[in-house]
Amino acid sequence: MTEQEVIELIDSSLAEEFELDRVDMTPEANIYEELGLDSLDTVDMVIVLEGAFDFKIREEEAVRAIRTLGDIHRFVLEKVADQN
Amino acid sequence: MYRVAITGIGIVSCLGNDLSSVGNALREGRSGIVIDPQRIELGFRSPLTGQIQDFDSSILSRKQRKTMPDFAVWTYASACAALELAGLAAEAIQNEQTGLIYGCDSSCVAAIEQVDALRDRGETKAIGSGQVFRSMTSSVTMNLNTLFKTRGACWTLSSACSSGGHALGQAADLIRLGRQERMICGGAQEINWQSMCSFDGLGAFSVRLDNPPAACRPFDADRDGLVPSGGAATVILERYDLAEQRGATILGELLGYGFSSDGAQLSVPSEDGLSRAMIAALEQSGLAVAEIDYLCAHATSTLAGDAAEAANIRRVFGSRTPGISSLKSMTGHELWMSGASQVVYTTIMAMQGFTAANLNFNKPDEGTAGLNIIRETIPQPPRKVLCSSAGFGGTNSSLVIAFT
Repeated sequence: MTEQEVIELIDSSLAEEFELDRVDMTPEANIYEELGLDSLDTVDMVIVLEGAFDFKIREEEAVRAIRTLGDIHRFVLEKVADQN
Repeated sequence: MYRVAITGIGIVSCLGNDLSSVGNALREGRSGIVIDPQRIELGFRSPLTGQIQDFDSSILSRKQRKTMPDFAVWTYASACAALELAGLAAEAIQNEQTGLIYGCDSSCVAAIEQVDALRDRGETKAIGSGQVFRSMTSSVTMNLNTLFKTRGACWTLSSACSSGGHALGQAADLIRLGRQERMICGGAQEINWQSMCSFDGLGAFSVRLDNPPAACRPFDADRDGLVPSGGAATVILERYDLAEQRGATILGELLGYGFSSDGAQLSVPSEDGLSRAMIAALEQSGLAVAEIDYLCAHATSTLAGDAAEAANIRRVFGSRTPGISSLKSMTGHELWMSGASQVVYTTIMAMQGFTAANLNFNKPDEGTAGLNIIRETIPQPPRKVLCSSAGFGGTNSSLVIAFT
């Protein structure tokens, strides 16, 4: 998977799960303030990402630190790189 | 004590999802009972059930529905319709004087799904965020509270098949006592095989499969059991003076609420429990027994239950009963919702000018004799009404309503 493909899979999975408008999904977008997620949604975000990439997310601290969509991209790209 | 007006109603039921189609079904005596083939495959004794059809759950977003079982979404739809009929806009209910009480006594599927998810995935975080909110019996009121942003009373009441009746009664009491100005109240009942399998196992359901609309036969000598059903019903109750002041159309007045319990058996109702609730409701209403012109009965079509209810009715009314029908002959038994849906159905009849019949009643048996059962639709509306519901364990609710 290229970096662009990883990002596309993240964005499309999150857009489907949380009924987000792709236009709003810029890397700078704050997932809470701009994309309207709440702390419960992050539980489901982890499930969605685990399902999309077939990995386990154990880094709870790192997930809690996520603020923007770009943070998610970086987090997942690192996980994918570790996998390979 | 304040008077209590009914200013709005809404319903999602096996008879339809709006007041007009439900009214037509009640008037025409059209049953909402079907056979669910899956229940046959699963080993149910009876596959008969009510069924919600053509319901559009996209009225809420996927995120909103994540914390809601299907019956909570039905409840939201019924509440939106009721609020619209009452002419109450969003800002009129976003205050401390507006409350929510619904009757509901289970949320079965979410409880199963969360256990299955854990067993399947081996970690609790794989269950997802919605199930804890979906699995509680208070799921309806907690979700409606966040959707409507009401700020007063907010709880769900559980008393088996009288849950909806007690919810309306308690909501009326809060208004009567001046503790709330308006209440969004009602009942909600899931329809799925998971929630009904153990009840089916008791052998209490009708097995008249050859003709589903004839299966539920309240008070009839040939009755052989109830038919499970469900949906959601909402009633808007308001302080009468305030409803008048704002120019609301007053659909009816809830004059009295009576409750009682049997103190006897779990599944067999006593011969005096329900009558004590009826008498208490009549006493609060200030109406004489003879003034009641319609009794919307609880009768579910079970052998023992209908006979016990008939005994209770005779205790209150003697040999001259008002016209009586059990609408479960069309809807099946809406269980937790039934005490509230009775009020919605009766209000629909008052609005649309008819009184619905007790379908499938040919002749009484010894236990159900002496009742004035309505066999065909009457082209006049009910005016002074008694609605009764009774639940497992012997918990009884009666409501007296006047329509003008």
